[in-house]
Amino acid sequence: MTVRSTIASQFQKVAQEQDRTLAPLSDDLKLVQSGLDSLSFAIIVARLEDSLGIDPFNATDAVEFPVTFGDFVRLYENVAK
Amino acid sequence: MPSDERSLWESINAAGVPAGRLHGFHSLVSLADLAHASSLEGRLEELRGRSVILLIKNQLIGALAMIELDGVARRMVLCAPDLAAEHLPAVVQGAGVDACIRDAQGLEVAGLAGGSVVAQPQLRPLASARRRSGATEWVLLTSGTTGAPKLVLHSLKSLTSALAGQTRPAPGTVVWSTFYDIRRYGGLQIFFRAVHGGSLVLSDPAEPVIDFLARAAAAGVTHISGTPSHWRRALMSGASGTIAPRYVRLSGEIADQAVLDGLRAAYPEAIVAHAFASTEAGVAFEVRDGQAGFPATMAGGAGPVELRIAQETLQIRSPGTAERYLGEGAEVLRAADGFVDTGDRVEERAGRYYFMGRRGGVINVGGLKVHPEEVEAVINAHPWVSISLVRARRNAITGSVVTADVVLADETGGTGARPPAEALTRELTESCRRALAPHKVPAMIRFVPSVEMSAAGKLVRPLA
Repeated sequence: MTVRSTIASQFQKVAQEQDRTLAPLSDDLKLVQSGLDSLSFAIIVARLEDSLGIDPFNATDAVEFPVTFGDFVRLYENVAK
Repeated sequence: MPSDERSLWESINAAGVPAGRLHGFHSLVSLADLAHASSLEGRLEELRGRSVILLIKNQLIGALAMIELDGVARRMVLCAPDLAAEHLPAVVQGAGVDACIRDAQGLEVAGLAGGSVVAQPQLRPLASARRRSGATEWVLLTSGTTGAPKLVLHSLKSLTSALAGQTRPAPGTVVWSTFYDIRRYGGLQIFFRAVHGGSLVLSDPAEPVIDFLARAAAAGVTHISGTPSHWRRALMSGASGTIAPRYVRLSGEIADQAVLDGLRAAYPEAIVAHAFASTEAGVAFEVRDGQAGFPATMAGGAGPVELRIAQETLQIRSPGTAERYLGEGAEVLRAADGFVDTGDRVEERAGRYYFMGRRGGVINVGGLKVHPEEVEAVINAHPWVSISLVRARRNAITGSVVTADVVLADETGGTGARPPAEALTRELTESCRRALAPHKVPAMIRFVPSVEMSAAGKLVRPLA
């Protein structure tokens, strides 16, 4: 699975668990309009750390907080490189 | 600023007629109007000398009730809107409640001697001038190990001690806002600052963050506070640039370097300050250098707020600490020497203390405390669970999330075949979701062969 598909499937899984309606995932989807709340994002980030082995938010370099789904994926792709 | 001899209302008026306004989600109230009007159905006098519980969902109505009741009620008990109905009887009993103020959405308590007043955002003429009887005791709720809240006794003086010696801003120059609910300690601090010479924009749980920021901007917000989790949500909304505050405050959770840097970049002109406060210990300090942690020189120094580190844990003595816990058999809040043990562990590195999480395993999820015992009790009730250990896992979005290590019962001991791990995870998650608030439900469940027990037979809780 690519980084992107791992992230997308985690979004779907957590949305389902949290009884939230996930908006169709596209690069320009704003996270705030995705249908997920902070707790959902927290769970996604924790599970991605397990499945991808990375937590880009904990990198030593300054982090720009992602605003769109595309930003979120790129954050992981850049660390995964 | 507040003193022993003044009510909150008198203190608000001490420098003349207040110019500030309270901006609710739906409506707006000018503080000056409270001189001759009331939100309490014309029944304020019925509450004089009573122990009054505030079961008010709407923050604006809650703010009005606090201003009106101080100096009138013997005691007021502040409840955040998420207080579960099942815990209400214990709160009523523990605080000796004999009257209630609620709003249309608030919980109800029947059979109180002093009755129940339904507060309204529309003010009605006040029958007689406001009059102070004496100092009102303020009771705040904080989460306890069993899920039932603990009752923390404060006074107006202790709650406003951080304001002592501060000068009032010129009228119309300061507009506060906070992501917090003002019935929680962190939000209450902002409420007191705002009504002493400023205005306040109140949040609402139903309001999306983008709309809240737009409303704060429209009111001209200059000072704004929230937890690191609130701020990460604002930064991730893409709408952080809607507001241009002069002062940005973080409290209630560990402020990590990423969120501090994010806010510095978003608000280059603002003071970005992270504060340490707790319901029991009060406001301890504020750090403004943009770095996580706090300078080691702050511990052991002189001043009204004293910090010391004992057994790697931060302890605080100050005029802002609470008096005691209320209720029968309540634990000790302050040691004999006046220090409050915050339970927050710190570690010194290169002349700076960094927060390392809570002692006793208490987990802070986005500013909300989770006691692991409460979650373990739900998990352990499952027939296939032998024992579990619930702990924090560091998280970039909410500071921490809850995880559970579960030891399953012996396959031979149970009746029938043990369900597969996936089914058990689902069942455990479902039962947690039914019994607990969403932030308390484990984000991850691991099945492990054993958990560590001490010689005394207690679970060994990891330190962070």
